[in-house]
Amino acid sequence: MKKWNELVPGAVVLEAGSAEKFKTGSWRSFRPRWIEENCIQCLFCWLYCPDMAIKVEDGKRKEYLYDYCKGCGICAVECPGKKGQKAIVMEPEGK
Amino acid sequence: MGKIVAVTGNEAVANALRQANPDVCSLYPITPQTDIVQRFSSFVSNGVVDTELINAESEHSAMSAAIGAAAAGGRVITATSSQGLALMWEMLHIASGMNLPIVMPLVNRALSAPLNIHGDHSDGMGARDTGWIQLWSENAQEAYDNTIMAFRIAEHKDLRLPAMVCMDGFIISHSIERMEYLDDQPVKDFIGPYEQVNPLLDLQHPKSFGPLILTDLYHEYKRLQHEIIGRAKNIVLQVSDEFAKLSGRKYGLFESYRLEDAEVALVVLNSAAGTSKDVVDAMRDKGIKAGLLKPRLFRPFPYEEVGSALRHLKAVCVLDRADSYGGYGPMFMEISSAIYQAAGTGSGPRLVNKIYGLGGRDYMPEDAGKVLVELDAIAKGASVKAVKEYIGVRE
Repeated sequence: MKKWNELVPGAVVLEAGSAEKFKTGSWRSFRPRWIEENCIQCLFCWLYCPDMAIKVEDGKRKEYLYDYCKGCGICAVECPGKKGQKAIVMEPEGK
Repeated sequence: MGKIVAVTGNEAVANALRQANPDVCSLYPITPQTDIVQRFSSFVSNGVVDTELINAESEHSAMSAAIGAAAAGGRVITATSSQGLALMWEMLHIASGMNLPIVMPLVNRALSAPLNIHGDHSDGMGARDTGWIQLWSENAQEAYDNTIMAFRIAEHKDLRLPAMVCMDGFIISHSIERMEYLDDQPVKDFIGPYEQVNPLLDLQHPKSFGPLILTDLYHEYKRLQHEIIGRAKNIVLQVSDEFAKLSGRKYGLFESYRLEDAEVALVVLNSAAGTSKDVVDAMRDKGIKAGLLKPRLFRPFPYEEVGSALRHLKAVCVLDRADSYGGYGPMFMEISSAIYQAAGTGSGPRLVNKIYGLGGRDYMPEDAGKVLVELDAIAKGASVKAVKEYIGVRE
């Protein structure tokens, strides 16, 4: 841990993208589950996620990065699904 | 050089702000400060400054916008009084905690309730612990000079802290006095171009302001904040020395008036110091060895220097134009601490505290005279009747 005289005045974070180092998944009480067969790859979940819990590779979403998911449920609400079947559902953590 | 004028305190300060040519001014009007931002708005409308003006919907928003603009990388000003400063309270801490050198004239006014628009120091004293540098001004000239110096002090690379420049509402803000304006170019050269530190708008170097800092580091950041503001004492002296070369007017951390050979003294801020100095002279003529200390830099408070200047006295009265209900006046607490540390237990001057002039109540020469006569008696062995009393109050 840094000493007081080693800190940047004003608590300015000079390093871009440092939120990646700050894992907040342990706060979660509800966990999103991705149901791939109902996913139309619209990427709404990636767009709406306030953190960086949706991993995208080659333009397609992949499994959750649960280290950054606080379980807010926005992705599950926004998910249009396929033919009325959601591709994201929220489930109690630890179930 | 310079120009002798007859202007109000507000007009003088507005012109200092014009000469500093800030990038952004976020404002919300409040009596008795309104006149400053109204005049500054005219400077913007007339194109004599390059400032972006933001009409905010409250003082809380005005300070929030100032914080955003300062973090973005601009020289930023606002101004306020009384309830406006009170409404800014949480944002004042954020401005200082983020090391943003915002300059804000504070035209001192009483706080509600009961509602009162006149000059006292309740607003500024309430902002004592917000982490802002505070410079206090006796008259229009000092308010103008302090405003110019505030930019250099606040923006100093070793500080980068917000600064408020205080002057008495109406007594100074709305009274016309003779003073000297410095020419524009020397003032611009003195203040210099704004130097950015960690600007948000430097898109090549993305950064974040305002992170969450919990039990693991918050204590360390606060320790750092105390260290940084403590540097202001030397910086104020350096900047004041340079300003003396420009203007011929010399300022220190405080003003000592006939203090060196005095036995009794008043400690008093702002406009009442002018009245008091006249009375000190009159008392000297009557054989009372009176003096005066007028604090200028109130935060950070120069305890050692003030303690050294006062410890040889026999009796001191600290006059407070603000109160701490259930406590001593705010200046009295500082002076007591300074003298105790400088003189130690059981020595040093006897101390009394007088609350005066709340809500703009006039402070008259007779008030100062009575206090000095009482101090003279205490110095000669009379006992202190009450540590804290209200003067000029109907009983």
